[in-house]
Amino acid sequence: MGNYVELFIKAVFVENLALSFFLGMCTFLAVSKRIQTAVGLGTAVIVVQLITVPTNTFLYHYVLEEGALAWAGLPDIDLSFLGLVTYIGVIAAMVQILEMVLDRYFPPLFHALGIYLPLITVNCAILGGTLFSVQRDYTMPESIVYGIGSGFGWALALVGLAGIREKLKYSDVPAGLQGLGITFIIVGLMSLGFMAFAGVQL
Amino acid sequence: MSSAAKRALLAPVVDDNPVTLHVLGICSALAVTTSLLPSLYMCLALTVVATLANTAVSLIRHWLPNSIRIIVQMTIIASLVIVVDESLKAFAFETSRELSVFVGLIITNCIVLGRTESFASKNPVGLSFLDGIGNGLGYSVILILVASTRELLGAGTLLGYTVFPQVADGGWYNPNGMMLLPPSAFFVIGLIIWAVRTWKAEQVEKPEFRIHEVHRTGAL
Repeated sequence: MGNYVELFIKAVFVENLALSFFLGMCTFLAVSKRIQTAVGLGTAVIVVQLITVPTNTFLYHYVLEEGALAWAGLPDIDLSFLGLVTYIGVIAAMVQILEMVLDRYFPPLFHALGIYLPLITVNCAILGGTLFSVQRDYTMPESIVYGIGSGFGWALALVGLAGIREKLKYSDVPAGLQGLGITFIIVGLMSLGFMAFAGVQL
Repeated sequence: MSSAAKRALLAPVVDDNPVTLHVLGICSALAVTTSLLPSLYMCLALTVVATLANTAVSLIRHWLPNSIRIIVQMTIIASLVIVVDESLKAFAFETSRELSVFVGLIITNCIVLGRTESFASKNPVGLSFLDGIGNGLGYSVILILVASTRELLGAGTLLGYTVFPQVADGGWYNPNGMMLLPPSAFFVIGLIIWAVRTWKAEQVEKPEFRIHEVHRTGAL
């Protein structure tokens, strides 16, 4: 149990997808203007991460990896080069399904997320989570924990940035830094803060 | 060269830069820039993928049903990235290890999908080809700037060659370790955006809120 907690904490703070691996930056910067939308998108990312990371890890270990097809009587086949296409296909399908479910059962959330839900397909944080999980050879339970942890970390950073940017309207920013420039510098400072967790050992 | 072709090729470099103006594709731009060499490979990989994807999508644009275009584009891009990834593993194994997952992440690089979606699906093949190269160049300019700044200030080297001799080796330069850590990438890009927007004032974003003049100047 202990190592799952450690993995979770590590995925949220030390190896935060947004702030230390720069993943999902495009949506991270575009959707962080209001806390409400940030919470919505953050939730969507956690859910998608929770579904796709274990699914893709499962596919890698039982279909794509060298010798993974031994259960089907084909021990010599190595399909790992098909990994990228498979992962992105699974992600696109999952996002599509999530979109339909939200549209049917949670229309307000569906409207709030609007155009951003399809963007999750091309959100590097989602694909990155999968790739890290496969590269580090996580087992199935580990990949579930990593999926939740990395999604939660990303959402936390997003909501934090949205909070800061809402307050930012009271500040007097130089013309050239207005908007994008100052946001980058704020994210840099946040990243600096999250780095303080790097030495934490549980 | 016609003016449209010139525009397609050169506009994305500064005037219409995908990274600093449209905030596209910065995920990978930040992650691989701790040193210059992997960044150069990354630029090459992205330019190749963007150019070929643009050309391919432009070739099939008249036969591509609107409802499934995104998934078709994703498949084209993913296949191209697999080719690039496998070639990197074959010819530049060390660098491909250093880039780790970030080559795979070109698939989700918004520059590639953004250009196939907004340009290649509406324009002829020749122009799309140039637009792909142009956007690859625009991305590369930023990447090379950030990577050279970080490697030079962080380790005193460029491409592994010593430029500033470090104090530890009897030189005069005291390396700034923060430049090799993630936060500095954000600072450097923020400063580059500031510089570009001071030069090209029309790119400056309108503030959403304006503090009243009286409070700004303190004249009250």
